[in-house]
Amino acid sequence: MAPEPSSYLESPQALADGLLAAGYLADDSAALVSYLAARLEKPVLVEGPAGVGKTELAKALATSLGRRLVRLQCYEGLDEAKALYEWNYRKQLLRIQADAEESGWDRVRDDIFGREFLLTRPLLEAISSPEPVVLLIDEIDKTDQEFEAMLLELLSDFQITIPELGRIEARTHPVVLLTSNNSRELTEALKRRCLYLWIDYPAPERELEIIKLHTPELADAIARKLVSVVQAVRELDLKKPPSIAESIDWARTLLLLGAEDIDARVLRQTLSVIVKHRTDLDLVAARAGVVLGEEPASV
Amino acid sequence: MAEEKVTAEDGSAPAAGFAARLVRLADELRGAGLAIGSSELLDAFAALELVQWPDPEQFQEALAATLAKSPEDRRVFDAIFERFCFSAAEVQAIAVEPDKRSSARTPGSAAGKLDLEKLRRRIAQALASGDESQLRDLARLAVAALGKVKGSGVLAVDAQRIVRALGLRVGRQGDELAQELDITDFTREELRDFEHRIRDELERAQIARELKLPAKRPLSELARTLPTTPVQDLAAVHRVVAQLRRRLASQGHELRGMRRHAHVDVRATMRESLQTGGVPIVLRYRPMRPRRPEIFVLCDVSTSVTSASTFFLSVLHALHDSFRKLRSFAFIERVSEVTPIFQTERDFEAVAAKITTDAGVADVSGYTDYGRVWRDFLGQVEGELGPRATVIVLGDARTNGRDPGVEAFAAVTALAGRSFWLNPEPRLYWNYGDSMISAYEPYCEVFECSRADQLEQFVKALTRPRVV
Repeated sequence: MAPEPSSYLESPQALADGLLAAGYLADDSAALVSYLAARLEKPVLVEGPAGVGKTELAKALATSLGRRLVRLQCYEGLDEAKALYEWNYRKQLLRIQADAEESGWDRVRDDIFGREFLLTRPLLEAISSPEPVVLLIDEIDKTDQEFEAMLLELLSDFQITIPELGRIEARTHPVVLLTSNNSRELTEALKRRCLYLWIDYPAPERELEIIKLHTPELADAIARKLVSVVQAVRELDLKKPPSIAESIDWARTLLLLGAEDIDARVLRQTLSVIVKHRTDLDLVAARAGVVLGEEPASV
Repeated sequence: MAEEKVTAEDGSAPAAGFAARLVRLADELRGAGLAIGSSELLDAFAALELVQWPDPEQFQEALAATLAKSPEDRRVFDAIFERFCFSAAEVQAIAVEPDKRSSARTPGSAAGKLDLEKLRRRIAQALASGDESQLRDLARLAVAALGKVKGSGVLAVDAQRIVRALGLRVGRQGDELAQELDITDFTREELRDFEHRIRDELERAQIARELKLPAKRPLSELARTLPTTPVQDLAAVHRVVAQLRRRLASQGHELRGMRRHAHVDVRATMRESLQTGGVPIVLRYRPMRPRRPEIFVLCDVSTSVTSASTFFLSVLHALHDSFRKLRSFAFIERVSEVTPIFQTERDFEAVAAKITTDAGVADVSGYTDYGRVWRDFLGQVEGELGPRATVIVLGDARTNGRDPGVEAFAAVTALAGRSFWLNPEPRLYWNYGDSMISAYEPYCEVFECSRADQLEQFVKALTRPRVV
């Protein structure tokens, strides 16, 4: 491993610097919990509203630690075959049919249950990788309890048992991040195994720093206006409040449009970048007159 | 913090006494409802070995990451952690610095002039350096020293009084201090900041005082109780409702995803098997048709349940997003359908306002008349209730001496598939006075609904998939 990445694991502050170098502005709790996870080799359960940077944290962590990112996107109905491993049935069938008369069954049987016919899915890939990786299990609250139970063995011992092949143990321990949108309660057993991190919408100063990090060319005045507008919009009772991803998109949009200031006209033009539901659009547009006034407001 | 001061000299290895303290903290957390097993405690110890102890934020954050596994748990953890360390820090601060408190061991007696000056200096230093933990400790000291005098009861006024008693002023300080400090005045912002801190400490002390009486449970109740006063907060209501909304949305998914009773679709399977030479390796199932429940909600909006009804109306909102066929009715003395209001208004304050003015549910007295409500409701929706319908009633069953209309209610519940009653009063008050809940109990499932977790339980019962 290159000396630089591992030096980020000296202290939480060093890891925060590493994350910043990778383009992610982490607050203190995120840096601390990631540091603990990497040092203690425990998985982290990251929860928070959609779009606050949970997946980005994993990506930035992988970059700063110099590891490959293995990503498992969970969805409802995800099972072992898609997540862990699967035998390549078709290849096996073809092999059997190709060799049907010549070799004996014993030889064929040993052949078709070899590594060659095993399709490795992300979890197995993360475990059997010779280099340490960062494993991101995204949106685990979309899966069901059986999947979580299967994960438990993996997360605690980092090994998988494949009946035909035997036990595959991890040569290196990956840093595991699980993200959840808190749409359902995860099982106690899973939570027990993990460290917990809650990422919330940022404070105005922090959001301003994030915007500046991603769009440095944006003027300071307009960035501040942007942050205050987004914070105000979050206070409204929306179906989906704008998150950090949306603020960054809006900053980029304003930069692209070359807007000098955020007045009511610009706001109405670009509103659909931050607000994503019809009813929310109406609500914010109705309030926009109150927030900004009809003429370009002074900063 | 007390722990750091005691063991800072030792550095790496936690003293035996400290381990016991941590176990005690875990016990208190368990008492408040957090599930903490031995494995989590071991994780906590392992995590503490990696952080800098003198930094209270890191210390608390490391503990929280291993012990508190959800936002609600985190709130309870923060409160208990503060209480756990608070008095210890205070005692320690008073005992460890004899030069500051030589004259006054008891905080109630008037502090000597020397003490106040040193305190002011330390405050100025802390404000200049921005040291959070130092400022917090100083605020606590100030409250401990000067806050014991009987206050006016309003936190802001008390905070101002303490600041004045400390002699903190905007502008130049007294000359003797000007010689010792580089900073000779407090800015208005700094003063306001410190006043806020003192106010926070006063608030914390007040909570600790009021909740000390029945041991540890009330602290978690505080974190989990539904807001009972309008002041106590739209924000808290929104939080609970937002979470409910997410869960309801996902509960629907669970219904769709169940495969237990799926049938194998033979035709699709055979078609799939062509890929593997006629051998059916992959089975294809018939798609499950999700249940679409029809829900009729009746909500009591009279004054006896005002705060609860505000909350319930927002729950109705959450339900509206997740269930397709939801019809809402409000009632006091008459029942009237308010579904269109929910469809047009998003802000639930506007909804509540509109319901009280437009719906036409109140009559002269404003007291709930359950008998008439059931009869009217039966008349209105008799044709639409069926075995797939669910009826939910939100009310306290206080009939104000009027006819409870049990036969009409029985008829409604007989027609509907399932019926639920949500009562916002604690179970203790049921059947006292004019509460007729026991008359309705035989016909529906009754849930107490005064805390957020009870509401969650109800939602689980509501969305539990039924075997048809």
